[in-house]
Amino acid sequence: MLLLTCPNCGIKADETELHPGGEAHITRHGAGASDSDFEGYLFHRKNPKGVHFERWRHAMGCGKWFHAARATDTLEVFGTYSAQVFEPPNDLIEKIKLKRPDWEGF
Amino acid sequence: MSTRLQSGGRLVDRNQPVDFIWNGRKLTGFKGDTLASALLANDQMLVGRSFKYHRPRGIIAAGPEEPNALVNLGEGGRFEPNQRATTTELFQGLTAKSQNHWPSLEFDVGAVNKAMSRVFPAGFYYKTFMFPRFAWKHVFEPIVRQAAGLGNVPKSRDADRYEYFYIHVDILVVGGGIAGLAAALQAGRSGAKVLLLEQTADFGGRAVVDGVEIEGRPAQDWINDTVKELKEMPDVSMRLRTMGAGVYDHGYATGYERVTDHTPASDQPRHRLWRIRTKRIITATGAIERPLSFAGNDIPGVMLAGSVRDFMVNHGVSLGDRVVIVTNNDDAYRTAIAVKQAGLDVPVIIDARPSAIGELPEKARELGIRIATGSGISSVKGGKRVKSVGLCAQAAEGAKTEEVSCEVVAMSGGWSPVVHLWSHCGGKLNWDNEQVMFRPDATRPPAGADGAGFVLVAGTANGHLDATAVLADAVAAGNRAGEEAGFMPTDEAAPIARVEQEQPILPVWSMPQGQNPKLQMKTWLDYQNDVKVSDVRLAAREGYESVEHTKRYTTLGMATDQGKLSNINGLAVLADSLNAEIPQVGTTTFRPPYHPISFGAIAGEARGDIFKVLRETPIHNWTDQNGGFWEPVGDWRRPYCYQQQGESVKDAVSREINQTRNSVSLLDASTLGKIIVKGPDAGRFLDMLYTNMMSNLKPGRCRYGLMCSENGFLSDDGVVARLDAETFLCHTTSGGSDRIHAWMEEWLQTEWWDWKVYTANVTEQYAQIAIVGPKARQVIEKMGVEGMDISAEGLTFMGFAEGKIAGITARPFRISFSGELSYEIAVPAAQGQAFWDAALKAGQEFGITPYGTEALHVMRAEKGFIMIGDETDGTVIPQDLGLGWAISKKKNDFLGKRAQQRPHMTDPNRWRLVGLETVDPNVVIPDGAYAVDGSLQANGMKNMIGRVTSTYWSPTLNRSIAMGLVAHGPERMGEEVIFPTLEGTEIKAKIVDPVFFDKEGARQNV
Repeated sequence: MLLLTCPNCGIKADETELHPGGEAHITRHGAGASDSDFEGYLFHRKNPKGVHFERWRHAMGCGKWFHAARATDTLEVFGTYSAQVFEPPNDLIEKIKLKRPDWEGF
Repeated sequence: MSTRLQSGGRLVDRNQPVDFIWNGRKLTGFKGDTLASALLANDQMLVGRSFKYHRPRGIIAAGPEEPNALVNLGEGGRFEPNQRATTTELFQGLTAKSQNHWPSLEFDVGAVNKAMSRVFPAGFYYKTFMFPRFAWKHVFEPIVRQAAGLGNVPKSRDADRYEYFYIHVDILVVGGGIAGLAAALQAGRSGAKVLLLEQTADFGGRAVVDGVEIEGRPAQDWINDTVKELKEMPDVSMRLRTMGAGVYDHGYATGYERVTDHTPASDQPRHRLWRIRTKRIITATGAIERPLSFAGNDIPGVMLAGSVRDFMVNHGVSLGDRVVIVTNNDDAYRTAIAVKQAGLDVPVIIDARPSAIGELPEKARELGIRIATGSGISSVKGGKRVKSVGLCAQAAEGAKTEEVSCEVVAMSGGWSPVVHLWSHCGGKLNWDNEQVMFRPDATRPPAGADGAGFVLVAGTANGHLDATAVLADAVAAGNRAGEEAGFMPTDEAAPIARVEQEQPILPVWSMPQGQNPKLQMKTWLDYQNDVKVSDVRLAAREGYESVEHTKRYTTLGMATDQGKLSNINGLAVLADSLNAEIPQVGTTTFRPPYHPISFGAIAGEARGDIFKVLRETPIHNWTDQNGGFWEPVGDWRRPYCYQQQGESVKDAVSREINQTRNSVSLLDASTLGKIIVKGPDAGRFLDMLYTNMMSNLKPGRCRYGLMCSENGFLSDDGVVARLDAETFLCHTTSGGSDRIHAWMEEWLQTEWWDWKVYTANVTEQYAQIAIVGPKARQVIEKMGVEGMDISAEGLTFMGFAEGKIAGITARPFRISFSGELSYEIAVPAAQGQAFWDAALKAGQEFGITPYGTEALHVMRAEKGFIMIGDETDGTVIPQDLGLGWAISKKKNDFLGKRAQQRPHMTDPNRWRLVGLETVDPNVVIPDGAYAVDGSLQANGMKNMIGRVTSTYWSPTLNRSIAMGLVAHGPERMGEEVIFPTLEGTEIKAKIVDPVFFDKEGARQNV
């Protein structure tokens, strides 16, 4: 029963209000893509024990998608941020590095 | 015999007798009794039979850890099996029956299993029942069915109601013993909002029974004062009879309140599930005593020493006149002293330790009690009640040195902190060699959203057995929790307690130390699941090294008590068998709930009509009153057909189809999804979502479209109407509107967020009513058309218009799913019923009637139209269904395009859509039937070359019709394929074009 703060409406949302959307920052490969690019886009996902960037939708709230940076092992939430970016914001990355010096980085 | 003492029993009110029924016999207890204490006061030590061997079993414990005293409780709508007598408060008229015996508790046929114990070793499910194969069905299963299980299954609907209760607090304290009270008080003083939960009916825990003094006064005085002080604090709430059931991520916890179990049939809900969000949790859950592993330790009369004391002090119940104590620690001496002081006999205290020198043993000696140190029990004698124990040297193998007659054996193997709630969400444990227990490791707590630990432990649950240490720990926990929750701790000092000092415990996992294999076979670890020391040792010999595997193989700790008594002893035996240390073997995983909770509490109010919210169309009530035969469709109900007086469902469907094809009918199509897609980039967006081109659709026109997943599979279909240059109205399947709307939003928000498009799901804003059949236009014209031309020329097929019909704002779409002349008319939802009524009235002269979903299905199948969910199942691509015409070759990209280029998707061997005509026109192919080619697969299974996707009796064609996916189907027109049936017969069908009726589409184009 995670609590994630929706950056769109500001509400601290209970997991039951949210819909998970898997790994964030996946690049879409559509028509014309090579077999390996398309395979990676459709099927290959990270499964880290530790820092993970993921997509959530505030489905039972404002209806908006957002991104969350979360530790899969301790369930610590480093932050949530806009879904309309290609990579996590720098200050969030710095924050994670401070807390997890061993983290390999985004 | 066990009986009520002349005096004593701090929790019972001797002036208030309570009558109850046990196995049909009327017995009497007192207010304040548990069912267990009342049974014991009536000499009912024997309460059930064990699960596997049907051995007689008695009450062992006084709390939720009790493994044996499970009863069938209540009657009718309030009947419930497997209720613990030790946690069931006695009330007037309580009815209980013992479980798992036949024909009676005293005489049980199943006890022969005992003689067959050699066929029930560890892993017997995987061994005994394997061979010969036929024996399972004819021999083992009937026996197991007869013998297995504990309580009976309830046969009536639950007469009670249940509810959820939501609360947000700063600090949740679980446990209302002295640690929980002290922690709650300290946390409350900081100003935090505190909730304290206690699972029993009384605050105070074990301190009173153990004779603790706090601040120079009996513990009860301090408890009373503290409870009073807490009650006066405005931000502190307390609940009795409410168990902390589970701890979950990010400070979520559940509580299980038994509101009316002690006063049934009251107006209140029976149970409440508390759903708690809190910043910090303090678990002050105490400890549970461990049994000792000696032969015969399951014979009724062998009990936990602390529980013997509980029943005496709390309920004034003597368990027997002669009580032998067996222990490896000082605490059990408290029981010896209590028994002796009650005027009963303690023939001997058997202490496994080489010497007993502490304050408590000295006190026992002063009372004249004999202490046999360095000793153990070789075995217990007795059947349905203990008769005697044999003493032996603890260091030996079990040779009996002396026999002592007794009625009760009070055993103590030490205390295990209740670490469940700490562990539920990942709190880690350390093994404490000195105190012989697993304790929470404060440096490895479960982490909250901020990365900091959110669970703290206080008191005995934290491994503190001395009352002063307990209180100091609790006050510290209260302070820390308050501070971490953002409040200022106060500087009150912890109360000072006084209790006898205890000498160290000696770890004893086997009694005697070198217990021989014969005795191991009579030494129980898990009472409820009948697991013995010999079973765990056998599992270890067979290679089970992981405690999780051993648990599942032997079923140790898998019963309803979840191993509260057996786990530590079991893993110690496993560690010994593996020559490993206990911490290396580790514990099994602690999972919520701490103790079984009712399904009613989990369901809450979600039952009956409000189990799931039902979506209703504007025509729902009319349908309900006019013969609608409901079927669930997504969150909706739709009528399968409308039955007339005395009509069968099958006849109704045929009548509806004939009426439609011959004259005119009405369809409530309001459940169709309707999504507005609007904006300068709307066309571009829909070009990505649909396989066909939508951007070149002209305003005022409609186009049928397909949507696929990125994996290429067909996901939804429907008609898209272009309302104006920037606005499209996308129709989805009835079950698909929410899913497709979410799908659109996902792409717009997370991939093409720079595209200027808005979406709105307007499904329930409109009633959509189809007027279908050759007379459809006449009916509409009769209803009165204003502001538009709906004539054949004015509104052509696949067009729509906007105006008024019957005075109601209407948007008729000339689209057809039946193949007939058809107008699907959208009107404002609030006017749906009025429109429906007007259509019925106007259509009277043509005999107009409504039709349901089955007629819709049959008519579309007659026309060869696919249905999402029938022809598709998540593995079908549009190309399989002959829908290649709806896949744009002009577009650079659309969702699913790349996937459909993969070799498997272009494989000519894919099963593809065809029509199927049975050779015998009267035979309808069963749903889901497979086509075979007569050859066998390597595993002996028939080789399948296709399957039926839709199969109906067609009243229009007066024959059976079907569609199916068949390998190379479209290239095999006219050939016959075989569909075997479950009955062993075969149905032959000819492969034909899937369009059975009006191939030219002339009927819809008039």
